[in-house]
Parts: sequence; C-alpha cells; structure tokens
Amino acid sequence: MAKPLLEIKDMYVWFKVFGGILKVLDGVNFIVYPGEKVGLVGEMGCGKTTTMKAIMRILPMPPAVIPRGEILFKGQDILKMKQVKLQHLRKKEISMIFQDPTAALNPVFTIGTQLQDTIRFAEKSGKNTEKEGIRTRAIQVLKEVSLPDPERVLQNYPLQLSGGMRQRVCISMALVSTNELLIADEPGTSLDVTIKDQILRLLKELAEKRNTSIILISHALGAVRGMTDRLYVMYAGSMVEVAKTKELFAHPLHPYSQGLLAATPRLTGGGIGEGIDGRIPEYINPPTGCRFHPRCKQAMPICKDKKPPFFKVGKDHEVACFLFQNHR
Amino acid sequence: MRTIIFIAKRLVYSVFVLIGLSILIFTIARVMPGHPARMALGSRAPDWAVERLREEMHLNESLYVQYYYWAKDALHGDFGVSLVTRRGVANDIREFFPASLELTLYAGIFMGIMGIILGTISGWYNNTWIDNLVRIISYIGIVTPSFVFAIFFVLIFGYVLEIFPTMGRLTPGVVHPPLITKMITFDALITGHFAVFFDALKHLFLPAVSLAMGGMAQEARITRSALTDNVNKDYIASERSCGIPERTIMFKYLLKPSFIPTISIYGLDFASLLGNAFLIELIFNWPGLSRYGMNAMLRKDLNAMTAVILVFGLVFIIVNIIVDLIVGYLDPRIRLGAERTQ
Repeated sequence: MAKPLLEIKDMYVWFKVFGGILKVLDGVNFIVYPGEKVGLVGEMGCGKTTTMKAIMRILPMPPAVIPRGEILFKGQDILKMKQVKLQHLRKKEISMIFQDPTAALNPVFTIGTQLQDTIRFAEKSGKNTEKEGIRTRAIQVLKEVSLPDPERVLQNYPLQLSGGMRQRVCISMALVSTNELLIADEPGTSLDVTIKDQILRLLKELAEKRNTSIILISHALGAVRGMTDRLYVMYAGSMVEVAKTKELFAHPLHPYSQGLLAATPRLTGGGIGEGIDGRIPEYINPPTGCRFHPRCKQAMPICKDKKPPFFKVGKDHEVACFLFQNHR
Repeated sequence: MRTIIFIAKRLVYSVFVLIGLSILIFTIARVMPGHPARMALGSRAPDWAVERLREEMHLNESLYVQYYYWAKDALHGDFGVSLVTRRGVANDIREFFPASLELTLYAGIFMGIMGIILGTISGWYNNTWIDNLVRIISYIGIVTPSFVFAIFFVLIFGYVLEIFPTMGRLTPGVVHPPLITKMITFDALITGHFAVFFDALKHLFLPAVSLAMGGMAQEARITRSALTDNVNKDYIASERSCGIPERTIMFKYLLKPSFIPTISIYGLDFASLLGNAFLIELIFNWPGLSRYGMNAMLRKDLNAMTAVILVFGLVFIIVNIIVDLIVGYLDPRIRLGAERTQ
C-alpha cells in the first residue's frame, strides 16, 4: 500500500490538573493514507478531539503534555516542527473543522474579516495589498460551499447567520487552508438532522473533488457509515479496532465495538441493543492493562495486567484485544 | 444614523433619570434630621433670623411645594444659594467642578491605559512570574483604599524623593493661564504656556495616580481573566488551525473580544472616581467639587448638596453613554441584539 499521509505512533497525552494527572491518551496509533476518508468513532470523552487537536498542535499546553509519541505527516514529526514549518502546515496542508460552528467563529469580527484573513495568510503573501483579489477569492470559496448571497455573508457577523450557514463558513475557511488533510470533528452535531446530512454530503463532495483526505470524527455511527472508507474505534484513549468501514459494520470483533454497534438504533428493526454497562473510566486512575476490561463481559486475567497491542485478523482488520492474540 | 438615534434615545432617558435623581436626593436631603437654617446661621443667631431664613428657603412648606420652587429655579439654571459659601451654588460648581473633572480625567486615562496594559501582559504571560506579580499588584490595588495610596505616595515621592509636589494645582508663583476651560493643563496647552502645563501635570500626577489605583487593579483583573478565558475558546484554536499567525491572533482576534468586559467595567469605575475623589482632594488640598460636596453634606447645605449630586449623576450618565457606544462598536452582539429588540 501507499505510504501513509499521516501516522500517529504510540502517542500519549496527559493533562496536568489540580487533582493530579489526567492520562487521557494512552498509546494512540492511527494512520491515514493519501486520498482516504477515515472515520473515528467512540463515546464522548474518549479522546477523539484531543487526538485531533494534538495533530494541529492546538492543545493548550500547559495543562496538556505529550510525554511520548510522534505524529508523522509525510514522514515529518509534527510535534517537533519549528514554528515556521508548523505555520506552513496549518496554512496549506491540514485543517480542522470544529464541532460547534458558533464557538469556532470569532463573534466580534465579520465573516469577511475572518475568511479574508485566512485567505490572505494561507494563499497570499500575508500583505494587505491584494484586497480585491482576496475578496474575489472569498466570494468564490463561499460559493463553493453553496452559500447563497456571498457578498452579504462577508459583511455579516456570525450571529446574523444560521447554524448551517456558520458551519458552511467554517468549512470554507478550512478548505482555504487545506490541500492534504481535512479533520472534521463531528461536523453538524449541533445542527438539526437534515442540515447535518447536507453538511456531510458537502464535505464528501468537496473532498472527492480535491482529492483531500478526511478524518471524520463522530459518535454517531450512521454518519460515518456512508462517508468513510476505513473506520477506527476508540475507547478511553486508545484505538481498539480498525477495519474497512463495511467490514467493521458487518463483523465487529472487539467487545467494545460490538457493544457500540448494538447500541445504534436501526431502521430495519430490532430496536436498540443492550449497550454496554458502565461508563468511560476516569483518567486520573485509569484501569490497568486494557482500559476496557472492567466493562468487558469476556475479560480474561491477562486483560488486567497487560495492554493489548493490535492483532491482525484480516487484510485491513486489526483488533486490540487478547481474545484475538492467537488468531491465525 | 443608527448611532445618532441611539444617542438621542439615551439622552431622552437621561432626562428622566436626572428628574428621578433630583426628586430622590431632594427628598433625602430634606428628611435628614438637622436644622439647615440654624446650621447656616450659627448657634448664636437670634431665633427670628433663623425663622426668616426658613421662610426664605420655603422650609415651612410641604415637600411638594418645596420641590416645585426648587425645580422652577433649577430649570433656569439657578440652584439656589449655598448656605456655607453664601454664593450661588451654580457659581460654586462652575468654580470647583473643572478641578475635579481634570483630576478625574487624568486618573481615568491612567486607570484605563495602565489597567489594560497590565491585564494584557498578565493574560499573555498567564501563570508565569510576571502574571503573578501583576496579580499581586491588582489585589493590593483592590483592597487598599485610595487615601492610603495617597498618603504613601506623598511620603515617598513628596517628602523622601521630593520629585512631585503634594499640594494644590500649581506651584505658588506660577501664573494661571487665561481661564478657558478652568482645567489648567488644557488652558495652558490651548494658550501655549507649556511650562505651566508641565507644572500642572506634575501636580496632577500623585493625586491622579492614587485615585486611579483601585480602578486600575480592577481593569487589569478583568482584562486578564477575559484574555485567559478567550485564549482557550474554539475560535482561537480554529484561527490557529487555519494558519493565521500568532501575532495577528493575539493583537486582533484575541484583544477585541477581551476588551469588551473591561470597557463595561471601566465606565462604572470612571464614574465612581468623581465620588471617590473626596479624600484625595482633601489630602492634596485640591480645590475640587468632591470636597465641596462632602462639606455641603456635612453641614446640611441643602442646595449645594443637591446640585453636586446632580452634577455627578450627569457625569455618570454621559460616561455610560460613551461606554455603551464603545462597547456597541466593539461587540456586534450588543449592537445587533439591540436593533433586533427595537
């Protein structure tokens, strides 16, 4: 297979807070290939957003620390990048769409100011000399995300737009500063279902047109199913299973993935499954070994002592669970 | 146009506020125990003289009638005669107010600029020793009354270091420039007497700084907390992830939203400077309105007291209109929100 575009290797992220150290990310391994659409699912609070913020290097540090791990983008470690390089990466290569478009737009500046600044720094020299060109480009980007009346939108403040429009603006800003990888952190979660669907379609369409890789984060499985090629399942700070999306939906292997899928309502009947007892563990004193073992019905003695590595169970299918250590 | 309508509206409201304030202060002044006429004339004045003064001042009438007489005169710009200085209150105010206003203006400028600078530094260097230092300074500034600063500064700068004068508005012997605004620094500037300007500025320094300390500390704290709050907002993370340089984020995208709460509080702090100036004016022998008003209150000088409080009220209103304009300019949520409800 092709060389990975992005590869996270055994990354740990801790938060030093008043009550102790929150050991949130616990050895994340994650790969995105060029042009690929990768999904990342997991419960709220399992570290999805933290992982993505680490990629963009926008975690607040302190309190966050990254004691171990690397994030390789085209072979270069993002965590070790100098400011100039990092800035280039953010301008041109990777961009992130945030969960809540209302919070992700600065409330006291017009859309025009924010979008045009993004364009100015990402595509132009950063000088203020090409005003007209920048404006034309801004209008063009807004048209690309199907916003009606872009001239007016440029003059509006975020509060004058609807949620869906704000989300589109966020996407347009991300598009400007991205060629390679777009991270979409639960886009449209705060919007109603039909708008959310439109937003997802738009993202997919734009990514395919530009051949951009996408990481789509969600805790709604339905959204990732139609959108992604490959799917990671995350639990309490590390990946527990990865497979082609279809494969994972058809044959989830990790007990957590099985529980997660069973908890999804289906139109085809059967109602909602049982779900999984318990909740995500606290991060100050997380369970030893596999972090899922206290909730796992098939837990074995070894799960308590050792953290399971990924075991290969199929062509693109890997599971971090000792149930599969002797597979093949 | 929108701004003009806003100002006009606020001015109309202000009229009602002033009427309300005048009724309130008029009533309070009249129902306070004590004999204004007796106090004005002294304990050895004969009873018939006191009685005549009471008659003159309509003090024997009912409260409504008293207010009617007062309001009628007030609308003609006549706020009665001060019982203490024996001169027209309007005259007294014209004489004493500019000194207070000048002091307050300089204190306000110092308070705003220093507060914002300290707060911004503190917010940017969050949780470093600089931040801790600023926070200690602000706590001291908030808990220490201004007169303590005043006495302290007089001691240090006036007597030990001898670099700033501690009394009055000008060095004795320096000729006051022609009276235009009656604020010496402005008069001196307008007429080109720069030596006088600097002399007046030197005299202003200690009183203005001691008066401003409390508000400055408040401004610094508010700015700091807004900055540390906003820096963790998603929109800053989003702007960073779009590759907007750190400098642009700091000076443009972070500062503007962070100044909004500071400026709202600044309005209140600025307006209260006038009232707080009393002790400062006393310590620095500053011929200001605050001191005049406090004396009037202590001596039951009804007319002076009412007029002074109305002047303070007017300043408060004007300052707040200005502050609301600035906040509205900075914050579209307020500007557009107000429009929507209209």
